[in-house]
Amino acid sequence: MALENGFKMDGFFPRLGKLADADQLHEPLDIGDVPADLLLGFLDKMVEVRCAEEKIADEVTDGKVKCPCHLVIGQEAVPTALAPHVRKGDKIFGAHRSHAHYLAQNGDLYRLFAEIQGKDDGCSGGMGGSMHLIDRERQLFGTVPIVGATIPIATGAGLASKMNEKGEFAVSFFGDGSAEEGVLHESLNLAASMKLPVIYFCENNLFSSHLHISLRQPADSIARFADAHCIPNMTLDGNDVVALHKAAGEAARMCREGRGPVFIEAVTYRWRGHVGPREDSDVGVQRKDDLESWRKRDPINRLWQSIAAAGHAEAEHLDELWEKHRAESEKQWQRAAEAPYPAEEELLNRVYTNAN
Amino acid sequence: MGKKLNYGEAICSGFQHLLGNYPEVFCIGQGLWSPWYVGNSMTNLEVDFGKARVLDSPVSELGCTGAALGAALSGYRPIVIHPRVDFFLLAVDQLVNQAAKWRHMFGGTVSAPLTVRTVVNRGGEQGAQHSQALHSWFAHIPGLRVVMPATPLDARDLLISSVLCDDPVLYIDDRWLYELEEDETPVTETPLQEIGPVCRRQGKDVTLVACSHSVKLATEAAEKLESENVSCEVIDLRVINPLDMTLVRESVAKTGRLVAIDGDWTNCGLAGEIIAGVTESSVFGALKAAPARVTLVDAPAPTSAPLEDIYYSTADQVANSVRGLF
Repeated sequence: MALENGFKMDGFFPRLGKLADADQLHEPLDIGDVPADLLLGFLDKMVEVRCAEEKIADEVTDGKVKCPCHLVIGQEAVPTALAPHVRKGDKIFGAHRSHAHYLAQNGDLYRLFAEIQGKDDGCSGGMGGSMHLIDRERQLFGTVPIVGATIPIATGAGLASKMNEKGEFAVSFFGDGSAEEGVLHESLNLAASMKLPVIYFCENNLFSSHLHISLRQPADSIARFADAHCIPNMTLDGNDVVALHKAAGEAARMCREGRGPVFIEAVTYRWRGHVGPREDSDVGVQRKDDLESWRKRDPINRLWQSIAAAGHAEAEHLDELWEKHRAESEKQWQRAAEAPYPAEEELLNRVYTNAN
Repeated sequence: MGKKLNYGEAICSGFQHLLGNYPEVFCIGQGLWSPWYVGNSMTNLEVDFGKARVLDSPVSELGCTGAALGAALSGYRPIVIHPRVDFFLLAVDQLVNQAAKWRHMFGGTVSAPLTVRTVVNRGGEQGAQHSQALHSWFAHIPGLRVVMPATPLDARDLLISSVLCDDPVLYIDDRWLYELEEDETPVTETPLQEIGPVCRRQGKDVTLVACSHSVKLATEAAEKLESENVSCEVIDLRVINPLDMTLVRESVAKTGRLVAIDGDWTNCGLAGEIIAGVTESSVFGALKAAPARVTLVDAPAPTSAPLEDIYYSTADQVANSVRGLF
């Protein structure tokens, strides 16, 4: 630690290093002795998510969808890795980029597409759209686009979990931009002071809208804020579904044992723009070279390489998955397109519990 | 003679009823374990019901309000206490963007039974940031019920109704009413959606419409005017969002005159809304004079005592406003 006239000059904060280096971590995953069926389940889910997102991207490109859609392509591993650890009674909250989080919890693809199209069959009755997803039966308690807004809400779900005394926990998914909102710090302080069972799951994709993290924060590690609030934390490759699954399992166990909160920072990268289907060049963001390198850190392909090398699946398995999920996305999108919109009276009926 | 209950004690009695009868109710906010006990409106609750259900909090208005919402979405009925409206403004995102919209934007299937209790605490040279009311701001928000009790029994029973309501509620009480007394009666649990304006005093010449502390001003003005043979009807709105104008319109149809009294700023305020709600209706034709309003001037609250004296409305001002209609 460098001291200058008694002032600590270099801080103690970690930097992401190779986790944020687009030219590293391209190799297949270390799958150790993880069972084949779990790995194949991850692969199936991530392919499903990407096919759904690509279908949405095409529809936005064609002008058929107006609702702002923040696509998760490239970041599929994070919610996929958490899902097997979530049980009845747990509560997950998310942000604007949450299609994957909905599907990872086995949310219904048709109801996601219907929601994006503003249809009555949507998971939020067509009232929310892409940014307001919910499926309480499957533990997804709500996603909203106000930056950082669900962080204190998840903290309160953690308070409820603590009061329930059943070993439940809450999960708060948020991005690196949320660390620039004061409410993250209020929430971490509250959770740490009250020992709440909450997993703070930061998806650091290095961008907030068009601005790289280097233009927004003096250091690129978000877990440094967990250090500041005395919260156990881990920073890892957000495109490694196996490592993420292990970390999330440890975090879940600590929360269930009453040793929460826990903070996980998953470093990843979004392939499309902040919102919409394009790759950001339209808003003047120069990241073409980086994006090409990040594509080599594809969470799906890296998992597949490991599965294939271990002989857990036939060579054609991946192609079959793509085919299956593309066909399913086409089918469910069409079905949603033909579904009815909410009735006009729902505009007022849904404001209060007992419509006045 | 039964026991007298003042407004501050009545609020405390409402909390006792809720915490004693509903295990899903808890309180969180700043100062709940302090000997000040939010102006003695929450005295010893943490002793009687435990610090796990009456939580004193870090200095985090936004975080605690969000946390209460999260608990509300998870099966509890939390009450967040912000001992001053001014500081509560730090928490507005969670009430306006989140709680008030949660039901609608998620398709009408999920409720957010969160109550935010905040307090108008003004006067005494406290200055611009220890003086605000701002209820009209919040009454503008669809999905957020806004409750403003004017009497001790309402302070108790409307708190209970608010907390038992499945929608988010902003309950605002006023420190200037804490010494107001009323005969104690048994607690009543009435669904909040069944609670609306009531007539506090019957009259035939002019309708005075108010809520919270302004009801006290209106009542005092009505007493003064009685000796001048002016008969005032006083209507206490009680719930200002959603606003039910039926009783006000019926009253003005009878009296032909309207004065709206509100302890907040003039522009885009509740008093203007009351007047619009009458003049845009069929009652317009019954008006014998242009409606008037008694509100605060559009300036931040001053600290200097002489300026403060002219800043806040008085019963005399209300009486003068009424005289101007004849």
